Amino acid sequence: MAASVPVGTPLLEEEVHFSKVTFWTRLRRHKLAVAGLVVLALMVLAAALAKWLAPFDPNAIDNIHWQGTPLPPCFQDSALCGGHPLGTDDVGRDLLSRLLFGARISLAVGLFAVIMEVLIGTVLGALAGYYGGWVDYALMRVTDVFLSIPLLPLLLVLTAIVAASSTKAALSFGVIVLIIGALSWPTVARLVRASFLSLREREFAEAARAVGNNDGRIIFRHLLPNAVAPIVVQATLDVANVIIVESTLSFLGLGIQPPTASWGNMLSDAQSNLEIAWWAAVFPGLCILITVLAINYIGDGLRDALDPNMG
Amino acid sequence: MFTYVVRRTLQAIPLLLAISVILYAILYNMPGGPLAPYLQNPHITAADIARLKHNLGMDQPVPIQYFKWLGHILVGDMGYSTSNSEPVFQALIERLPATLELMAASLVISIGLGVAAGMVSAVYRYSFVDYFITTLAFFGQSMPVFWFALMMQLAFAVHGIPLPGGYMIQLPSAGISSSDTFDLGDRLIHLILPATVLSLLGLATFSRFMRSSLLEVLGTDYMRTAAAKGLAFRTILFKHGLKNALIPVVTIIALSLPSLIGGAIITETIFAWPGMGRLFLTALNQSDLALLMGYLVLIAFLVVFSNLLADVVYAWLDPRVKYD
Repeated sequence: MAASVPVGTPLLEEEVHFSKVTFWTRLRRHKLAVAGLVVLALMVLAAALAKWLAPFDPNAIDNIHWQGTPLPPCFQDSALCGGHPLGTDDVGRDLLSRLLFGARISLAVGLFAVIMEVLIGTVLGALAGYYGGWVDYALMRVTDVFLSIPLLPLLLVLTAIVAASSTKAALSFGVIVLIIGALSWPTVARLVRASFLSLREREFAEAARAVGNNDGRIIFRHLLPNAVAPIVVQATLDVANVIIVESTLSFLGLGIQPPTASWGNMLSDAQSNLEIAWWAAVFPGLCILITVLAINYIGDGLRDALDPNMG
Repeated sequence: MFTYVVRRTLQAIPLLLAISVILYAILYNMPGGPLAPYLQNPHITAADIARLKHNLGMDQPVPIQYFKWLGHILVGDMGYSTSNSEPVFQALIERLPATLELMAASLVISIGLGVAAGMVSAVYRYSFVDYFITTLAFFGQSMPVFWFALMMQLAFAVHGIPLPGGYMIQLPSAGISSSDTFDLGDRLIHLILPATVLSLLGLATFSRFMRSSLLEVLGTDYMRTAAAKGLAFRTILFKHGLKNALIPVVTIIALSLPSLIGGAIITETIFAWPGMGRLFLTALNQSDLALLMGYLVLIAFLVVFSNLLADVVYAWLDPRVKYD
C-alpha cells in the first residue's frame, strides 16, 4: 500500500502515467475539441505574428482613400476598398490589421486573468478544504459574498472608479487583467475546496502526514496534483468567459481604451455606423464568437478526457 | 419544513450584511464621493464643500457613516440621485417594471424552449436532432450578448428580412413602445428583439442542463420499473421522467440570475430599454454614487433571495432532500 513507498517519491506515479496516455486518446476522440485546438492555435499564431501579418499599421488612418465614410471590404467592392481586405472602420483604419492586434488583447487578457484567478482560487480553496473548521467557514462566506454580487455591474463599478480616479487611459491592459482576475476566483476556490475535502481523508494523504511531511508539502506536492483535473477544465472554460467579459467592458467604454484595438471597443465604434458599414460590426464579433466557441469545445473535450464519469 | 425556511432565511441576513460592507467599502473609494458632481462646479467654493460634507456626515469616521447609511437603506431611504434629481428609491422603482417585463419575457422563452429542446435532445440522444441542438447550445453559450444584439438590429431593424410575396419583417430596435398610450400589440413588437437577445444564454444553458438531467433520470431503476409495468413511453417520460429531471433545473435557473442581470444591463443599453440596467450605466458615467449603491444593493438582495427561494423549492419538490 501507499505507506510502504519510500519517502520523497510521488506516491501516484504509476497512476499519473497511465492517465496521461488515456487522456490523449480520449481527447483525440472528441473531434470538436481537436477542431477547437486547431482554431485556437491558428488564432494564437495570428496574434503572435500580428506585426508581420497585418497589411497596415492598426492605428494609421488611410488618408489617401478614406473620405469620411468607412471603406468597404475588397470582396464587396474592389474599386472602393483601397486595398483594405476587410475594409476600414469609421475613421479609416484597416479593419483586418486591427482584428489581428485585437486578438493579442483578447487572448492575453483571457490568459493572464485566468492565471491570476487560478492562483488565488487554488490557494484559498486549498486552505479552506485542507484545514476545514473556521478557516473554511470564513473563506467560504467570502466566496458567498462575491458570488452573490453579479459580476458585470461590479466590474463596471471598479473600472469606473479607476477611470474617475485619474483618466480613462489608466484602464490599461494590466489594470483590466487585475480587476477581472481579482473578482473571478470564487468558482475555482469552491472547486478546489471540494476536491481537498475528500482528498485529505484518502490513505495517501494520511501516509504523507504519517511520514512527517509539513502541511505546505502535503497540500502542494501530494494533494494538489490530484485536484488538477477539475481546475484545468474550469480554467479553460473561464478563459472563454473572460474574453467575453473583457470585450463587453471594452464595448461599454470601460475596458481597453482606444486607440489600442480590442474586439470589444471596435464593436463600440461600429455600433453608430451599423447602417452604412456592416463589416465593422460583423467581423470583430465573429472573431470573439469563433475564439470563445473553440475554447468552450476544448474545455468540453478536456472534461470528457479527464473525468469520464462527468458525462 | 417551516423551521428549514426560517433557518435559511436567518442565514441570509449575515450574508446580506457582508455584501453591504463590501459594496460600501468599494464605492467609498469613488473619487469625490457623493459630492463628485459639485466638485467641478466653479460656483461652489471649498467652504461650501466643507459645509456639505459636514451636513452629509462625511466628516465622521467611515464605520459610523456606514451604519448611518445602513440604517437609511433598511427603511428604504437610498439617498438622492444626482443624475436624475430624484430619490434613488423612486428612480429605481420607476424603472423596475420595464426591467421585470424584459427579464420575465426572456425567462419564459429560455425556460420553455430550453426545457423542450433539452428533452428532445435527451430522448433522441446521438441523433441528428440531438447534435443540432447541442451545437446550437454551444453557440448560444459562446455568443457575446452585445454582439448578438447588434446582429439582430442589423438583420431585423436596419435591413429587414424579406419574405416571399414582397413582405418584409422589420422590427423596432429601440424603446419599449412607440407612443405613450398603452397598446399591447405595439409593446409586444418592441419586446421581441430585446427579449430574444436576453434569452439566448439562458436558453443554451437550460437546454444543456435539461439534457444531462433527463439522461440521468432515464437511466434510473424506477424508470425501468415503470417501463416493465408496461406503461406507454409517453406516460413514463412525462409522469416519471420529466418531474424528476426538472428538480435540478430549478437550481440552475436561480443560479443564472446574476448573468441575466448583467445581460439586462447590456440589452437595455443597446435597445434603449427604459429599465434599471440602463439607468445603472448612465449613473456610472455620471458618478452618481447613491444610485449605483442603491442598484447594487437591490440586485444583490434579489440574487440572495432567489438562491434562498431555489433551496426552499428544491426541498419542497424533492422529498429525498433532508432539511437538517
